Amino acid sequence: MARFFAITIVVIAVLSAIPILRHTWVAPEDISTHGALIDEQMSETMAEAGISFLAAQFILAFFVWKFSNTAPDAKIKKFPGGAKGLVIGALLVVGVEVMALGIFGVKAWANVYLDAPSANAMPVQVQAGQFAFYFRYPGPDGKFGGLHPELINEGSQNIFGLDPEHDVDARDDIVAAEMAIPVNKEIHLLMHAKDVGHSFFVRELRVQQDFVPGLDVSLHFTATKIGKYEIVCTQLCGLGHYNMKAYLEVMSQEDFDKWLKQQAGQ
Amino acid sequence: MSVPAAQHHAPPTGFIRKHVFSLDHKVIGKQYYGLALVAAYIGMGLSWLMRFHLAWNSTAIPGLQFLSASGAPGGVMTPEYYLQLMTMHGTIMVFFVLTTAPFAAFGNYFLPIQVGAEDMPFPHFNMMSFWVTFVAFLVLMSSFFVGDGPTLGGWTQYAPLNAIGSVGGPGQGMGVVLWATSIALFCVGQLLGALNFISTTLDLRVKGLSLMRLPLSAWSWFITSCIGLTAFAVLMPACILVILDHVAGTSFFVASGLVMNDQVLPHSGGSTLLWQHLFWFFGHPEVYIAIVPSMGIVSHILLANMRKPMLSQRVLIYSMGALAVLSYMVYGHHMFVSGMNPFSSLAFSFPTLVITIPSTIIVLIWTFSLYGSKLRINSASLFSLGFISMFVSGGVSGFFLAQPSIDIMLHATYFVVGHFHLVMGVAAMFGIFAGTYFWFPKMTGRMMNETLGRVHFWLSFVGAYCIFMPFHYLGMVGNIRRYSTFTDDFLQPLIPVHRFITIAAFVTGFAQLIFLYNLFHSRFWGKPAPDNPWEATSLEWSTATPPPFDNFGGKHPIVYHDPYQYGVKSSVGDYVMQTSPEQVETEFEEK
Repeated sequence: MARFFAITIVVIAVLSAIPILRHTWVAPEDISTHGALIDEQMSETMAEAGISFLAAQFILAFFVWKFSNTAPDAKIKKFPGGAKGLVIGALLVVGVEVMALGIFGVKAWANVYLDAPSANAMPVQVQAGQFAFYFRYPGPDGKFGGLHPELINEGSQNIFGLDPEHDVDARDDIVAAEMAIPVNKEIHLLMHAKDVGHSFFVRELRVQQDFVPGLDVSLHFTATKIGKYEIVCTQLCGLGHYNMKAYLEVMSQEDFDKWLKQQAGQ
Repeated sequence: MSVPAAQHHAPPTGFIRKHVFSLDHKVIGKQYYGLALVAAYIGMGLSWLMRFHLAWNSTAIPGLQFLSASGAPGGVMTPEYYLQLMTMHGTIMVFFVLTTAPFAAFGNYFLPIQVGAEDMPFPHFNMMSFWVTFVAFLVLMSSFFVGDGPTLGGWTQYAPLNAIGSVGGPGQGMGVVLWATSIALFCVGQLLGALNFISTTLDLRVKGLSLMRLPLSAWSWFITSCIGLTAFAVLMPACILVILDHVAGTSFFVASGLVMNDQVLPHSGGSTLLWQHLFWFFGHPEVYIAIVPSMGIVSHILLANMRKPMLSQRVLIYSMGALAVLSYMVYGHHMFVSGMNPFSSLAFSFPTLVITIPSTIIVLIWTFSLYGSKLRINSASLFSLGFISMFVSGGVSGFFLAQPSIDIMLHATYFVVGHFHLVMGVAAMFGIFAGTYFWFPKMTGRMMNETLGRVHFWLSFVGAYCIFMPFHYLGMVGNIRRYSTFTDDFLQPLIPVHRFITIAAFVTGFAQLIFLYNLFHSRFWGKPAPDNPWEATSLEWSTATPPPFDNFGGKHPIVYHDPYQYGVKSSVGDYVMQTSPEQVETEFEEK
């Protein structure tokens, strides 16, 4: 029975590793300027975690195999070197391993969260509400109008609660149900929650960020590949959570300008 | 070390005092075990319903409409009902199973016996601890039958969805109030329990039983109590604040200017992130509240089956202590993308990475203790070995989730679900099973059926891997958790993987029915158990089976040895009991 256990965990460990080695289930191709570092960090972590996983399971299997079914008169033995060597080994190997991961990972994180967006990044506001995303572009004046929650009225399509009558900046704001951005242009995404917590996740962009009701947060990214990608909500927001999504269209600058003009005319 | 007289109380005479409102720690331990057992099967049933829906979402589940006509019209689950069942599954499992069984149930029964005491120092608090927890469970269950059902906000109950009332969706009114009431009561129960555990360990040890001579199970319960004392003390007021937001018009967790149905909510000035900080300050230590007792239980059982002492008991105890201390410094890794200051994410990332060091040391101590052992295989030792395998598998995925940059891709995906199910769900359950097979003879006077135990192990071990390993793969593709249906273009191709998982979940669940049968059948018709069936050394095996009311029949045992003197030559065999004055030769030094 002990040997069967040993074989089973070896088989399970190997079978678990195969899809990883064959890249059977992986994230889609990265389309951002910052994503390569995240992917690299992921691969390095996978290598270190994978080796730790296999080594631990194999050693467990080996000892169970070797030290079961021993003769009744066999003497027990101490592990040579005792616990001290193991503790020092764990401190050195795992300590260095995790510190290295932590330190190298800072750069990948800093690209998105610590570095400020460049001055010419294009601002886009996204508002999340049960169960839809809406997007707002500042229009030709480059300024967003103020938000007035009491004016929000979905029936009359005042999704953001704008007050164009009194607010000059709001008059040319462009509101859309889908997000379009020009390729290779840095985007400064301003995130606003209308009601409860939501999240903005685009796998290809290597971007995931929660909306915080009452606190507007922002992030910045640059998409490098033209295409259509799904934006999904990853923060449980109510009964329609599973269906809360929108599309991100990454376009050439020319197509984007046309799209924006078209949206402004609607 | 003298034993204070405060613990003495008269043996009960009537049925109610003996079996219902009992002051006896052993009865209370069994009551906790019974509660955890009921909760576990309800939680498992809910997971079956959820898994079926995820795999075949438009197929009716016969009879489900009788559970909730509006939640499952014609037997097909609505999205909101899926979320309600999911929330209840998580809450029941985390609080009423993973906290209750390994800590409150086994700890109550065996901690006083392992320290040689007649009972806990505050028996009335102990009784209250169970009954408050029982009421907490009833309050939670009642939400199935009140208004529009249980809350749908997940076991994490994020703000402001948890504080805005029924406008947020079904179950967000009365459902949330009942959830928060239940959890606040649960916290009271656990705080009372923790006080008793700590004082039992520190004050009631018999003569000769120094702290380092305590069995590892006793150490794990002691460390867990210390974690619980601080963690539950934070969650309880947080739940009270949620209730106040519902019933007293306060706005602790709701910010100004939020709009639902084109109406501005009548709240202002609250903070949504405040809830996350309070919740995870409890929530991450809770992971260790669930897993540390199982670490102790599994160590205790493995040593009896390896027939040799631990490579280093001291290192293992210090490592469990390090987990407890670090558990408070790492909670922010649940909030990397929550919108908190991104520098905080880095600050929380490093302790989270560092916590892998004591975890690794613990695994190494277990594994290398096997070296040179004379391993006995039985249901208890199989589940203990399975525990180590599961703990490693669930633990290594922590490397990923400890790093904010990687969390961008894995947060809120099935990778996280796979991680915590393996490391704190399945591993802790394996600890509970190991403890059950090991201590059942002492608790009931009967042996469990070994063949059924092994069938239970193999189906559970392979089954759990078939369920939870694929979760990691799904997460790597970006499969988001807490979706009732997969409508997105990129999620639909993953449905076959979900079907595989669902089938594995049914098989693994079936194995738990075998366990249930074994438990009840053995309770009444099992082979009578001797006092020390495993030839083990600690104090619980030196008393009668089942132990008398005062645990040691009017005597105060004296301890002469450290807890795991196996592999020696004594008059009884290859071990010497802690209470035996016999001197034996050993290469392993006494503490």
